[in-house]
Amino acid sequence: MHRVLAAAAGAVLIASAAHADEVKIGVMVGFTGPIESLAPDIAAGAELAISEVSDSGNLLGGSSVTAVRGDTTCTDAAAATAAMDRLVTSDRVNAVVGGDCSGVTTAMLQNVAKATGIVMISPSATSPALSTIEDNGLFFRTAPSDARQGQVLTEVIMERGHKTIALTYTNNDYGKGLADSIKTNFEAAGGTVTISVAHEDGKGDYSAEVAALAAAGGDVLVVAGYLDQGGKGIIQASLDTGAFDTFVLPDGMIGDTITDAFGSDLDGSFGTHPGTDSTGAATFGDMATAAGFKAGPFTAEAYDAAALLLLAMQAAGSSDSGMLKDTVLQVANAPGEMIFPGELAKALEIIAGGGDVDYVGASAVELIGPGESAGNYREVEVRGGKFETARYR
Amino acid sequence: MLPDLPHAIVLLGNYVVVPGLAYAAQLALGALGITLVFGILRFANLAHGDLMAFGTMVAVLVTWQFQAWGLGLGPLPTGLLALPVAILAASAAALAADRLVFRYYRRVHSAPIVLVMASVGVMFILNGIVRFIIGPDDQSFSDGARFIIRAREFRQLTGLEEGLAIKTTQCLTVAVAVVVVAALFWFLQRTRTGKSMRAYSDNEDLALLSGINPDRVVAITWIIAASLAAIAGTLYGLDKSFKPFTYFQLLLPMFAAAIVGGIGQPLGAIAGGFIVAFSELTVTYAYKKFLHYLLPDAWEPTGLAQLLSTDYKFAVSFVILVLVLLFRPTGLFRGRLL
Repeated sequence: MHRVLAAAAGAVLIASAAHADEVKIGVMVGFTGPIESLAPDIAAGAELAISEVSDSGNLLGGSSVTAVRGDTTCTDAAAATAAMDRLVTSDRVNAVVGGDCSGVTTAMLQNVAKATGIVMISPSATSPALSTIEDNGLFFRTAPSDARQGQVLTEVIMERGHKTIALTYTNNDYGKGLADSIKTNFEAAGGTVTISVAHEDGKGDYSAEVAALAAAGGDVLVVAGYLDQGGKGIIQASLDTGAFDTFVLPDGMIGDTITDAFGSDLDGSFGTHPGTDSTGAATFGDMATAAGFKAGPFTAEAYDAAALLLLAMQAAGSSDSGMLKDTVLQVANAPGEMIFPGELAKALEIIAGGGDVDYVGASAVELIGPGESAGNYREVEVRGGKFETARYR
Repeated sequence: MLPDLPHAIVLLGNYVVVPGLAYAAQLALGALGITLVFGILRFANLAHGDLMAFGTMVAVLVTWQFQAWGLGLGPLPTGLLALPVAILAASAAALAADRLVFRYYRRVHSAPIVLVMASVGVMFILNGIVRFIIGPDDQSFSDGARFIIRAREFRQLTGLEEGLAIKTTQCLTVAVAVVVVAALFWFLQRTRTGKSMRAYSDNEDLALLSGINPDRVVAITWIIAASLAAIAGTLYGLDKSFKPFTYFQLLLPMFAAAIVGGIGQPLGAIAGGFIVAFSELTVTYAYKKFLHYLLPDAWEPTGLAQLLSTDYKFAVSFVILVLVLLFRPTGLFRGRLL
């Protein structure tokens, strides 16, 4: 029996030696912190693409791909930098899907990625500041900039007939960037922003903040925060005091924890988050269900981020970040054969055969400008205590 | 336009008076525990906030269990049913801390500052235990009817434009606080044990000479302080939400309340709770709309008419603390000097 086991172990060793060029992709999202309820599904989205490619055996002549998880905490730049550093220097990842929140993503890019030449594709960092950052061509995102979300949200609010809004945002890069974008766009469209104030996450009681918002007034309250944190507290205090009963919820606020907590009290509230009704989104939804996770916010973008990294490797003929950074835009955009979720094996084959692909993926990826998604949004509305799709924009 | 008093009053009631009353009651209960420990054991117990968190954690866990069993109090929160267990657990934790830590320093007659430092250690341990068991996150455990009257119902009922919302937990907090405080005062003034505690507090040597058992006084003090902590914490958690870190933050306003009222004076702790709670709220409230109802249109402020941003809420307790220590270190009710 021992001999059999030893032989089996030996065989495994030899087999893995044959694939010495194992590719590792870092998956860095905030498994702890203010978006921890979204993080597991985002990571699962990325890992779905990774295992799909790995199982196909088509990548770079049969390389296997594994995912290595790292925790960005969403808020703590030092912790995110340390985690990224570990992934790059100790786990030796070839490229990274992540980070999630804009502040930590900036820190990871500045402190680690630029120093080590590692490519990062973020599924969810949406701060406008990341569009203009000096990134040595290493940073991409499958999520659109909040500058775009501000425009879309303004359209949605205006179309629903609200002319005055009160605005509160979480006190960080994401919240500030988004709030500025909403304010600029909304005022340009002829609306009035009665107040725009930051709130701190992690307090026990937000009634004082809500009292100030209520004093300023407004048809609706825009809560540019996080659903597991201050954003939830603000809504709680607003409903408790009757200050506002309709809320506008940007992407960081859309998730089941919010509707589970408030149910039909939220009816009539609405919001937007990156999403698309392309056939890719539906296919991805089915794939996610089959894989045992929920295609929630940013999961499709995470799948696409991982897929883009791996297709770019194939196009570059190398798993080295220094090479693949130049082929990301080439595989993401036209010309070429359109690639939807679940067709990664086919895409790898086409690229290996010298053909060209136009990756559409789960979120209808079209990378523009400095390598960020042009932006498709799903407009949602709370009906009967559940988020329902109103339309796509 | 004439001053629109009803609207102004309802507005202030909704955003300042009603939440302020509940918050003040929660602070007062916490400050009472601090003041009792200080009066009888003669040190500032910095672990009080985390003792609150510990008691509330037990209340949360027991509430979840009761909810799973389908036990409840109808319109009242199940947390109330869990309160006795929380009180027992907090008392046990306080007695254990005394046995393992504080008793030693008392025996060797350490300076009060040494006991304060020891209480910082106890604070960190309790802090760790709570995070280890229930985690650092927000936990919601309130159930039952959330409102006695909703803002929307109030508007329909009165025809006013402003709403007044009163939560079940706010009423409950004030009611429970009144009952607990009354019971505590009756206990301290009327019972033999209460009298012996006051005697011990006034003059330890004389009390010992007259045959008071010090161990018993100390144990009862801890049990009362821990019960107050568990009650205050559970009420705060029901009213807002339970998060260990917020309880640690509550330490500052609670100490401010105890010191403002005069530390060692139970009545002072209650007055202090109200002063601190209402200062925090009135200084950070934006009076724009309130003034809109009272002043002629031409005088209406264009800004928010807010003295301090809400971010400075905790700074208010600091300022009160500093002012009181500078100008009247014994507090309103002539307590001891820290």
